[in-house]
Amino acid sequence: MFKVILLAVMLAGALPAAVAADGAQLYGQHCAACHGLHGEGGVGVPLALPDFLSTADDDFLRKTLRNGRPGRVMPAFRSLADAEVEAIVGHLRSFAKPDAPAARAPSSARVHGDVEKGRALFAQHCAACHGANGEGGHGTGVTFSRPRDLPIMPPALNNAGFLAAASDAMIKATLMRGREGTPMISYLDQGLSEQDINNIVAFVRSFEASAPAQPPPLDEPMILEAESSYSLEETVENMKRAAIGKNFRLIREQRLEHGFFPEGEENAKQVIVYFCNFNFINQALSLDPRVGLFLPCRVTVVEQDGVVKVLSINPKHLSALYNNRELDAACDEMTELYEGILEEATL
Amino acid sequence: MSLRHLVATALLCLASIAGAEELFMARSAQSFPETMLALQEAITRQGYVLSRVQHVDVGLTEMGFATDKYRVVFFGKPEEIRALSARYPQLIPYLPLQVTIFAEGEETLVVGADPLMLQRLVPDPAMAPVFRRWRDDLAVVMESLRALR
Repeated sequence: MFKVILLAVMLAGALPAAVAADGAQLYGQHCAACHGLHGEGGVGVPLALPDFLSTADDDFLRKTLRNGRPGRVMPAFRSLADAEVEAIVGHLRSFAKPDAPAARAPSSARVHGDVEKGRALFAQHCAACHGANGEGGHGTGVTFSRPRDLPIMPPALNNAGFLAAASDAMIKATLMRGREGTPMISYLDQGLSEQDINNIVAFVRSFEASAPAQPPPLDEPMILEAESSYSLEETVENMKRAAIGKNFRLIREQRLEHGFFPEGEENAKQVIVYFCNFNFINQALSLDPRVGLFLPCRVTVVEQDGVVKVLSINPKHLSALYNNRELDAACDEMTELYEGILEEATL
Repeated sequence: MSLRHLVATALLCLASIAGAEELFMARSAQSFPETMLALQEAITRQGYVLSRVQHVDVGLTEMGFATDKYRVVFFGKPEEIRALSARYPQLIPYLPLQVTIFAEGEETLVVGADPLMLQRLVPDPAMAPVFRRWRDDLAVVMESLRALR
């Protein structure tokens, strides 16, 4: 028994080290899909930038992993163990070139500046990219395939996750050095004084008083449904008319079991109508390239025990998976369209 | 702790984490055709049938997109789809299962929702093992794509 306990204790002690050694694997599992296999960016912003790696201290990286950026795509990885977070941070450090300067040590020192002067400087130098209220750019990360006016999404400086993670020293260093490989330039090179930069830091820090919080979890149903007073066939036809009436184009009609059973053996009482609005798809893909889970738009008409129902996903519910406030707004609109179609087809 | 840290912490406490890790994603180092092939093979290896590959590319390049390699892959197990859609019609909008695959530069991204989220739709304990199995299978598929070099 003693040996078993001893073994368990030894294994428990060895576990964090084993996990810690797996930074590359953890990065591949949790980060690479968005930030690229080597930190070059994608849906997420690039991480392998020398200026980023030298100005971002480990505390910034840890807090960013833990808290994410509410409403700005980067999720909060709260289920990762501390050792796993450390392993990922360690792997991020491996992106630095061998001759790169050492990463900044975490600092909680406050940078003192004049918020009002900082406000004026921010409006003049920063707002064009970061938004008048520090709300950041549109879309996601960097883009390899989608047309956009900026090559990289400027971060939301008024984001609660950013403000909690970034120290004043890090913000100041970024303003002073700029970030090579992005549109972020050195404001020292642009002629601002160190005090000007301190003032901007103070203004950015003042966003904490008004940073938008992520709304509480939606109490939205996962599906939208309505009972139809028409037959299944009539409801399907109504559905098509209603979709066209909302400026959608019909793609096809098929049975739910299509592709699973030979034709003639499929359940004829489960009919899917697929439709699409290309402008809407374009808009959604520009906001977040991962939105395929919503596509194409679809409503299913089902007859069971003599009752005809129409069912669809609830875009508002699915949108919560993406942590993308801009997408949430588009999904609100999409949900209204779905509800309109369901109502028209069934009443 | 300073006031600013208190404010920031309070805001983060309000922040929702629901959904943040419910999106399964994998980046493949392979190009779109190779990854699409590997995806289909991986799904089949887990015992599923591919019911359809939906193109979501009509008009994309006309709208300025640099790629039209964007597809949605639908899959499931025939008898399971039939039985579950009859017993739990509320599942139908989420059936068949689906993943999205699209090119990003020379690499390829695959995205799917964690099937375990369907427990909220069907809280029947008898279904928990089914959703968990779907989740595990999708995780295996994603891992196989991450391993592509």
